[in-house]
Amino acid sequence: MRAYGPVGDSLRTYRLVAGMWIRSTMTYRASFALTLFTSFCVTFFDFVVILLMFGQVRSLGGFTFAEVALLYGTAGTAFGIADLTMGSLQRMGKRVRDGSLDTFLMRPAPLLAQVAADKFALRRFGRVAQGLFVLVWGLLLLDVAWTPVKVLLLPVTVVCGAVIFAAVMVLGASALFWTQDAAEVTNSFTYGGNTLLGYPPTIFAQDLVRGVVYVVPLAFVNWLPALYVLDRPAPAGVPDWAAFASPLVAAVCCGVAGLAWRAGIRSYRSTGS
Amino acid sequence: MRLYATVAAGGFRRYATYRVATAAGVFTNTVFGFILSYTYIALWDERPRLGGYSMDDALAYVWIGQALITVCGMMGGGFEDELIERIRTGDIAVDLYRPADLQTWWFSANAGRSAYQLLGRGVAPMALGWLAFRFTLPSGPGGWLAFLVAVALGSTVSFAIWYLVAMSAFWLLDGQGVVQVAWLGGLFFSGMLLPLNVFPGALGEVARVLPWASLLQVPADVYLGKYEGWELAGAYAFQGAWAVVLFGAGRAAQAAATRKVVVQGG
Repeated sequence: MRAYGPVGDSLRTYRLVAGMWIRSTMTYRASFALTLFTSFCVTFFDFVVILLMFGQVRSLGGFTFAEVALLYGTAGTAFGIADLTMGSLQRMGKRVRDGSLDTFLMRPAPLLAQVAADKFALRRFGRVAQGLFVLVWGLLLLDVAWTPVKVLLLPVTVVCGAVIFAAVMVLGASALFWTQDAAEVTNSFTYGGNTLLGYPPTIFAQDLVRGVVYVVPLAFVNWLPALYVLDRPAPAGVPDWAAFASPLVAAVCCGVAGLAWRAGIRSYRSTGS
Repeated sequence: MRLYATVAAGGFRRYATYRVATAAGVFTNTVFGFILSYTYIALWDERPRLGGYSMDDALAYVWIGQALITVCGMMGGGFEDELIERIRTGDIAVDLYRPADLQTWWFSANAGRSAYQLLGRGVAPMALGWLAFRFTLPSGPGGWLAFLVAVALGSTVSFAIWYLVAMSAFWLLDGQGVVQVAWLGGLFFSGMLLPLNVFPGALGEVARVLPWASLLQVPADVYLGKYEGWELAGAYAFQGAWAVVLFGAGRAAQAAATRKVVVQGG
């Protein structure tokens, strides 16, 4: 047997479990194509709302359609990637409640990777595709003086954004060890955060904006770097260099989520049923 | 009759057991209420009186939507997953042997669930939203009563839609595709994302006559006092007509499915 190390072990477990679910989905190809398409449409209707709004107004909070599309596209793609890879964590509360988490604990493989890949749903790629679609649309319409830094900042934003969202999902799942029924609270930070970040920060109460900078650092998912790309000042008196802090914030979020996850496992008591 | 009252009470109690889940739901609805409120404020700032609503009306609309999201099942009826699972595993055969009508049984259980959701997840977000935004309130107890009747009818239409969706599992076994399409319809055409009277042209006209308009748009307009006298009766009639049509379709699907199950079992 080869040794893989903790991270390699997790990745390998994730790949095996996710691969199994993908093969099982692919048994019914037509059904999969249909669910992938509906997943794309469901999220696209979300954006239709913004289109309908811009049918009525020229700007929202001083931002044009192309600028809002950039915000929506970066947040949507980042959230889509996190949802594709970590979205199954939401189901963990049920597994803690009915005791089926014990099966996972008995296997000689990292628990987080097993739970995150549980019932891996490739159809969630529809959300990533929709985010990218709007992002490209926004980029085509945008009138920005591109510099190498701005060009480089864009993929960094999407990747770091996905990592921050994923860390929030792990943090939420860790809380499920204590409160199995509270999965919905995570939704307000993930789905809610995604909705929030799709709109310009100028339309929200400044205390709320400060909250997503300093308390739950969702502003680093896309707002702060995107505002730099758009040559707009950072909101709520945040320093301008914060636009480049996303990788650091993402790393800190991962650390916090990892600690919470360990504390959660240690406190886990099986239901015994 | 007493049987179904017991089933409804059971549905109420079953959801009342999950207090933490209710609290988590209230938190989520409140957060979304805040986010949507600010986007509506930005929109109505640019276009006052959009869709015939004042800013205060639009904000009320946001919080009515958050309060009714589980009551009128905009993003899922809350019972169809369980029913589809019973059809898929064959447990439904046991239900069909019971001396009770399948559709009425599930309707009663769902009515109990809906009533709990209104008290548990409806009242608190709306109260919190009102404290923060001071939106329009109905004129007096009569206005509240008219609103509650529209909510009850909306919940009934929602049940009829999701029951019909669940019945499709008899033929498709895996109901996921149909559930997703119904989910899409519910989210967009109920007016959950944006009021239907803001939808432009033909899209708006079509959206306002589809059954999903009964779930949020009609109750919200009743709340805001947009209907008076016979117009109010007309709004109720719109919801009632969709309830009758969809209930009938659900019953026909159930009858066809039952025949099929018997044939397979024999």
